[in-house]
Amino acid sequence: MSTATTALAGKAARDVRFLDSTIGKKVVMAITGVILVGFVIGHLLGNLQVYQGPHALDVYAEKLKSLPPLLWGTRIVLLISVGLHIWSAVTLAGLQKRARPVGYVKLKPVTSTYASRTMYWSGPILALFIVYHLLHFTTGQAHPQFVEGKVHQNLVLGFQNPLVSASYILAMLMLGMHLYHGVWSMFQTVGVNHPKYTPMLKKLAAAVSAFLVIGNISIPISVLAGVIK
Amino acid sequence: MELDAKIPSGPIEKKWDKAKFDYKLVNPANKRKYSVIVVGTGLAGGSAAATLGELGYNVKAFCFQDSPRRAHSIAAQGGINAAKNYQNDGDSVYRLFYDTVKGGDYRAREANVYRLAQLSVNIIDQCVAQGVPFAREYGGLLANRSFGGAQVSRTFYARGQTGQQLLLGCYQQLERQIDAGRVQMYPRTEMLDVIVIDGKARGIVVRDLISGAISSHLADAVILATGGYGNVFYLSTNAKGSNVTASWRAHKKGALFANPCFTQIHPTCIPVSGEYQSKLTLMSESLRNDGRIWVPVKKGDKRPASQIPEAERDYYLERRYPSFGNLVPRDVASRAAKAACDEGRGVGETGLGVYLDFADSIKRLGKKTIEERYGNLFEMYDRITGEDPYSVPMRIFPAIHYTMGGLWVDYNLQSTIPGLFVLGEANFSDHGANRLGASALMQGLADGYFVIPYTLGNYLASAKLDKVEATHQEVKRSEQCTNEQVKRLLGIKGKRTVDSFHRELGKLMWEYCGMARNAKGLKFAGAKIAELEQEFWQNVNVVGDGGELNQSLEKAGRVADFFELGKLMCHDALVREESCGGHFREEYQTPEGEALRRDDEFAYVSAWGYRGAGNQPELNKEPLSFEYVHLAQRSYK
Amino acid sequence: MKLTLHVWRQKNAASQGKMERYEVEANEHMSFLEMLDVLNEELIGKGQEPVAFDHDCREGICGSCGFVINGVAHGPMPGTTVCQLHMRHFKAGDELYLEPWRASAFPVVKDLVVDRGAFDRIIASGGYISASTGSAPDANAVPIPKKYADLSMDAAQCIGCGACVAACPNASASLFTSAKISHLGVLPQGEPERRERALRMVATATAEGFGNCTNIGECEAVCPKGIRLEFIARMNRDYIQASWLQRQESSAGGVG
Repeated sequence: MSTATTALAGKAARDVRFLDSTIGKKVVMAITGVILVGFVIGHLLGNLQVYQGPHALDVYAEKLKSLPPLLWGTRIVLLISVGLHIWSAVTLAGLQKRARPVGYVKLKPVTSTYASRTMYWSGPILALFIVYHLLHFTTGQAHPQFVEGKVHQNLVLGFQNPLVSASYILAMLMLGMHLYHGVWSMFQTVGVNHPKYTPMLKKLAAAVSAFLVIGNISIPISVLAGVIK
Repeated sequence: MELDAKIPSGPIEKKWDKAKFDYKLVNPANKRKYSVIVVGTGLAGGSAAATLGELGYNVKAFCFQDSPRRAHSIAAQGGINAAKNYQNDGDSVYRLFYDTVKGGDYRAREANVYRLAQLSVNIIDQCVAQGVPFAREYGGLLANRSFGGAQVSRTFYARGQTGQQLLLGCYQQLERQIDAGRVQMYPRTEMLDVIVIDGKARGIVVRDLISGAISSHLADAVILATGGYGNVFYLSTNAKGSNVTASWRAHKKGALFANPCFTQIHPTCIPVSGEYQSKLTLMSESLRNDGRIWVPVKKGDKRPASQIPEAERDYYLERRYPSFGNLVPRDVASRAAKAACDEGRGVGETGLGVYLDFADSIKRLGKKTIEERYGNLFEMYDRITGEDPYSVPMRIFPAIHYTMGGLWVDYNLQSTIPGLFVLGEANFSDHGANRLGASALMQGLADGYFVIPYTLGNYLASAKLDKVEATHQEVKRSEQCTNEQVKRLLGIKGKRTVDSFHRELGKLMWEYCGMARNAKGLKFAGAKIAELEQEFWQNVNVVGDGGELNQSLEKAGRVADFFELGKLMCHDALVREESCGGHFREEYQTPEGEALRRDDEFAYVSAWGYRGAGNQPELNKEPLSFEYVHLAQRSYK
Repeated sequence: MKLTLHVWRQKNAASQGKMERYEVEANEHMSFLEMLDVLNEELIGKGQEPVAFDHDCREGICGSCGFVINGVAHGPMPGTTVCQLHMRHFKAGDELYLEPWRASAFPVVKDLVVDRGAFDRIIASGGYISASTGSAPDANAVPIPKKYADLSMDAAQCIGCGACVAACPNASASLFTSAKISHLGVLPQGEPERRERALRMVATATAEGFGNCTNIGECEAVCPKGIRLEFIARMNRDYIQASWLQRQESSAGGVG
């Protein structure tokens, strides 16, 4: 370029707070991701009690409600995590837009997975699903036959509607994809990558995703098939 | 002109120490009052700019590439020599000095070479401190390999990318100084003239390659580190952008050009495959350790290599040089390959190639061992030619690789224009008529890190430098000349492209001023180049305009200078009636066909002065005396 | 072989560009850039401006060349820069789309030429070891285990071509930045400045307008020198650690 290049002008930009940096935001995303994945696993383990008969879930729900500090503590942590997860995604997405204002006429991904390229889509869709899920099974506004406290019954009645089941199944597939990239990606973001362990971590990510997808999807399918009544 | 090389007195081991003590110093507080221009950011220029910035001078650095990291030093593969004697195999500063003078076929200046050998040791220390990841042994100490022309292992290397790593080392130091504000960097800016005021170099004229703007930069001294001129041959192992323009414009302003005909030809390059070929790729010399070179015995034998029986193969190097065999020096191997092809025994579609065959080594050592040693080179060969060298012999042919000649400099690396210093391949000083492998990187860094910081200080402290204004008539005149040339090139609007001229010039140079030269051919080429040059100025077609990025225009300016240089090279080769190193005159050979040096008449440096377009250049001689290394004929029989 | 090319033509940084269609006759021994040379010679013959593209060494090491061929940075062959890509990997009748690196930090200068000065500024902000000339101890004073020297070399091979940025959906310079941070950071010589280096280089990359890393791996796949995603993890590690332990620089220190 015609003018002499010096980096002096950029020096002011070097004093960046952790949370303002791209890596800082990604770390927030990774840590909140860990929390959310942990919750999703716990949530599934709890839900699998649906296979133990009509009362198990209601009892489980009752037990959770009898421990307000635990319940509300979890809810607050989750709310904050989801909020931060979305905050970092939104701010980083803005950065992405600015970094490539003009795209390619032709673009052919070489190696990246569909899952990894669609995080910015699968994320918002999952957020919408969570809102629906809460209105559906927690508060009941989206559930015509909702009865407070009758968890098992709400579940069975809800899933007997094939459209509802289909939306849950789709959402879970989406979740599986999101986590297939996300679980491995969390480790990479916080700096864990080693030729010895990374292949294992990728398998772990696949296993976690598969477990969550299969476990969660089995419930509406079982309801539709009449296995759970 | 009387040439004073300013070699310090005293025994050779003490010369540099004495010089350093005798040099005048610029005190630290005064350094910031001086400004220095560095043109070129390869190993020599990059290291000079960074070091002078560290010392406190105001440095402006220029390169035509988009970043200083891309200078062609980056392409050096093999390694860098240093007399560290880490292998305890008998190496020493004196031995490196001796090998280099001998390898240069006794046409280098002893004092310079000795200093180079001394400084080689500091270079390795410096590079390691910067984080250059040299190859290491399991114990963590530095590894060495051996290289042509030496009997000790003194070559340090970083995989096959030593040049790249050394350049990144000095590029990073340069960027550090840019960040600190000590160096102002001007990438994509090409130097087109030197401004000489009151006999001293005081600045340069440049063209901004993006905007096309032509402007001047003034300073107290100018350093050229603009590399070699191998691209006068069009096809060479140099980068496409490598050119002689900076050196040549300085030459036209009064700097003498020394030994232009000393060019090095590398024996193991991938052969040309067609007319469109734009560049030649080097394959490391180390391949000759395990590969056997041969051509068919019969002329015009077009059978594939696998169908030519052993008895009909001529392993000509093993036949002619039984004791060195395939490991004769570069110049000898190159000439032998050319001779075989001239006899019509060359291989490949063009007939310009010889086989480098690994079949025997693979049989003897196993494919795995060969793969370990040369895997990356075999891969590169495969990528370029589409042939698998594990099953088909490689085809190789010599190519222009390095130019030992360059602007004449004294011991202080100052040209005949005071205040104009020349470093690295751009100067002529250290390699004589032939450069040994792994010595180019050493010289570039020695000049930039360890020589110029002292000699420049001495110049600045002792020269009387008046302030120069940008309005000075000489500045205006230089800018005007540069502008006029650009306009002239754009105004011709002829029929031929710049590349077609360059290609034709290259063919003439290669044919008549390449591996083997004779008086008749040189005279013919000189005349032919002059004709071609004339046609160029009437018939070249440079499209686009001057006020933008115009790559044809850049090339046109460079080719214009190559014509003038080409003529000088032919003339220099004609006048040097002897064979030495890379310069082989067919009239001067031993009965066995080896180079015949004529020390009684030609133990001197030819330093040519420019006397205007169309005039014969003026020959100045710097006699060379050899007090330490005794003159002897090289023999590899 | 006859090829159809669609090439991005843009007169200068300020003007609008568009894809132009050309036909060119190539042969299989040519390199990709030699094929463009042939096209350019024809264009000049017709009095048209040749296609501008950056190139220099043409042996895959200087990092000057590079553009996107049919949606892939440096074209279809892995581990190969465009200057070493040969036409035998294409066939007659192929239709090829040539586009410059796309990133706001790499503004187009002309046609396929972009300005990668941002990379230099990232290096200037900390991609070095402060070792002034003359101050070095003996090269063998500090032994470095071979595996660290090799790892450092793996990272140091980066040629700064910018393909990683071009291929990244976020136009992130993480692979480039991390390669330098890793090259220097695994060596004992680079240890004293390791944290500061990470902080400064990462901040500069963002300030230059590069995006963030989403661990997708396209950069690694197109890198002609095989720089690995592993180095980005190392950069993140250094950065996180450095942020955690960062403190105000003492005015009594040597950083002036």
